[in-house]
Amino acid sequence: MKALLLAAAALIAAPVSAQTIAITGGTVAIGDGSQPITGGTVVIRDGRVVAAGSGVAVPAGAQIVDATGKWVTPGIVAGIGSLGLVDVGGVQESNDSRARTSPFNAGLDVSTAINPHGVIIGNERAGGVTRAIVADDAAGSIFAGQGAIIDLGDDPDPITRPRAFQYVELGEGGADRAGGSRPAAYAMLFDAFAQAADFRRNPAGFDGRSTDSLLKRADAEALLPVLDGRMPLVVHVERASDIRQVLTLPRRYPGLKLILAGAAEGWMVAPEIAAARVPVMASAIADLPASFEQLAATESNVGRMTRAGITVGVLADGRGGEHGVTQFAGNLVAIARVPGATGLDWGQAFATITSKPAQVMGMDGEIGSLRAGRRADVVLWDGDPLELSSAPVSVLIDGRAQPMSSRQRRLRDRYLTPGETDLPKAYSR
Amino acid sequence: MAGRVSRGLVAAVAGAVALSACATDGKDDKPKSASAKAPAPGRNKGYAHDPFPSTYHAYPGVPTLVRNVTVYDGEGGRIERGAVLFAGGKVVAVGQTLEAPAGATVIDGTGKWVTPGIIDIHSHLGDYPSPQVEALSDGNEATDPVTADVWAEHSVWPQDPGFGRALANGGVTTLQILPGSANLFGGRSVVLKNVYARTMQGMKFPGAGYGLKMACGENPKRVYGGKNRKPSTRMGNVAVDRATWAKAVAYKRKWDKYEDSGGDAPDRDIAMDTLRGVLAGEIRVQNHCYRADEMAVVMDMAKEFGYKVTAFHHAVEAYKIGDLLKQNDTCAAVWADWYGFKMESYDGIGENLALLQKEGACAMIHSDDENGIQRLNQEVAKALASGRRAGIAITDEAAWEWLSFNPAKALGIADRTGSLKPGKMADVVLWNGNPLSVYSRPEKVWVDGALLYDANDPKRRPVSDFELGQPGEGDVK
Repeated sequence: MKALLLAAAALIAAPVSAQTIAITGGTVAIGDGSQPITGGTVVIRDGRVVAAGSGVAVPAGAQIVDATGKWVTPGIVAGIGSLGLVDVGGVQESNDSRARTSPFNAGLDVSTAINPHGVIIGNERAGGVTRAIVADDAAGSIFAGQGAIIDLGDDPDPITRPRAFQYVELGEGGADRAGGSRPAAYAMLFDAFAQAADFRRNPAGFDGRSTDSLLKRADAEALLPVLDGRMPLVVHVERASDIRQVLTLPRRYPGLKLILAGAAEGWMVAPEIAAARVPVMASAIADLPASFEQLAATESNVGRMTRAGITVGVLADGRGGEHGVTQFAGNLVAIARVPGATGLDWGQAFATITSKPAQVMGMDGEIGSLRAGRRADVVLWDGDPLELSSAPVSVLIDGRAQPMSSRQRRLRDRYLTPGETDLPKAYSR
Repeated sequence: MAGRVSRGLVAAVAGAVALSACATDGKDDKPKSASAKAPAPGRNKGYAHDPFPSTYHAYPGVPTLVRNVTVYDGEGGRIERGAVLFAGGKVVAVGQTLEAPAGATVIDGTGKWVTPGIIDIHSHLGDYPSPQVEALSDGNEATDPVTADVWAEHSVWPQDPGFGRALANGGVTTLQILPGSANLFGGRSVVLKNVYARTMQGMKFPGAGYGLKMACGENPKRVYGGKNRKPSTRMGNVAVDRATWAKAVAYKRKWDKYEDSGGDAPDRDIAMDTLRGVLAGEIRVQNHCYRADEMAVVMDMAKEFGYKVTAFHHAVEAYKIGDLLKQNDTCAAVWADWYGFKMESYDGIGENLALLQKEGACAMIHSDDENGIQRLNQEVAKALASGRRAGIAITDEAAWEWLSFNPAKALGIADRTGSLKPGKMADVVLWNGNPLSVYSRPEKVWVDGALLYDANDPKRRPVSDFELGQPGEGDVK
């Protein structure tokens, strides 16, 4: 424990990105699907990973962090969620995750709203999340708007990639938002794309500002990079037949770069998804027929799709915070031992919450693993990061040591003993 | 069970009520005298207390000995390389080495764990089932803040696929189904064995008492404030609560008098029956309440009217008043780490369970969720680890009390299930590894000694009517 505290102190004391750091002696998980390496070394310099693995030489003059007994991994890439957009979900004033009555949709840009100082960001960072995929929920339209990739660093600039993708609902949720049916959702999609093309041809003549215009100018403009394939289109669908339908879209719009989100029945159409080279963000634990579009949901979905050759990242869902994806990934390892289920091995499972979500978003050259050249988002854990008993002991983002305190930790410390003493609790901090 | 009457008695009571009606219908012109008043039916016999009786029966099992396993007995005991023997639906013995009776199935559990079946004190399976469609959404009678007259069991759809998942993935053998928290008085809960049946009655835990779901805080004031009705504030919540309890006290007085002394039967009020049951100690109060200060108010209100809160549910701030909960002998049923999704959950911390245990208060895990109920063992593992990081030493086997024995106590069924003690129901889970590891799953689950899930036998995996003939039927979920 003492050594651990010293290690953390050394990281905090490190001057910003100026120095070479070598983290030695720990169990190193690269995050790229490979198995963990005992006694590995991770070298970082100027906020980037230089090398990681076994037999990595420690550069002369490097600051050494002894990680003996610890695990060293890339930070978690969590999402698709609302990190940075919400203080308290149920407190509307503090919640930017849904624009209920806005006339705009596809043009909404969440990167304008990320608050890096929120309590939840601090908690998730202390939980090992270093990057997040952030999107609004769709409200008055099938289009939710433009999502972002963010970092959780304790600094003023949280945006890794603004306008990283457009998010659209095309299953039951799309039907609901388009007026009551799936055909209505597709009509809205096709019309929006058609209007975007109109806008491109003749911006001056585009009616996107009258109150009865079906698509606002800002929304039409935001769809152009989607049509060009410069911005991926994340499509939320669950049902096998809906997935098949989505996979036909590129025939009509050859530029589209699709990403599937949800895909609870993806395993039923896995060969088609794989053939289309469409990556997926899926839940690891959804195993109930929660709706008529998820009748065939199973925990084996991620394993089966991965086995079919699809790039699959695990969605962060649940109310314990997005760092809970470690537990979900652990469950994918667990079911590998359940007869008839399809799980993942440890390396694959850890990749579903690190390099795979990064790869889904086209960001795996930058984040999500400890491969050379990646941003130095590094987490030291007191044990196997997928195991329920483990927690981070220090976190680096872009090579910078992060505070490990949080509001929740402060509450814990205040109430380690519940009774008041010589002063009210309000004086205890 | 206190206050419970047999079916025979119900018939007798019905007869008595009929007689009473005859004696007062005015067809006899003779003036009534005091001595002619209807005879007293006796306390708690004025009306049926169990009109929807359990028809659950244990399925057949074979005498079974599981040996060479790590045993958590559910009451804090642990045996390494131990053995558990059950037969006739009951636990027969738990020990280091046990002899297999003739004809017993013997299972070598090397590397595995045996625990009591998990009990979830807070579930909405059946009343908010999968699929989550409006047509099956039967958990909140959100038409009045006081609906003590509704009974969750009348909403339970026994074909909810969630029951099977909770059994196979979660090792859950008993669960309490509660009405939702839109109302101050949400209605009665029901305790079920996690065994599929054609009817709700077929799942009902025999002899388990009822609970009354109450709620404080944001939900009732939001739901009714949003309809421009009372309550729209926390003070409105308590005002309506107290007005209702005051009526219940009067109702109880009238019925007690009638049942003790006879005379004219008072009018029945189905809601008041339930509250009378609470005041008589027959029905347990299961109170949704997040904030510490509100729990303190509710406990004083309970004293004012002479009842007790058995457990606060979703008590994310219980850790702030562990001492007060202990003084009041009131339990806290909590999540491991849910927080921040609403204002009153803002102060939730992962150390809640451990801090309560440290204070000596009664604590337990709960799910309130069709997914979470499949991983309550994992939730406890997280809470335990958080506690240990805060310097609170709790053993794995003691932590198992949060999963079975403490919820059994809070449901009033700890004399029958919740731990592996001889004579108790053989509600048993064999885990394929340490159940506090993310990498372990139930391998076999027995309820009353009947093997109802076996990971190695697809025929021992339930498929509800709803999933039959649908995509994914019978898949490993």
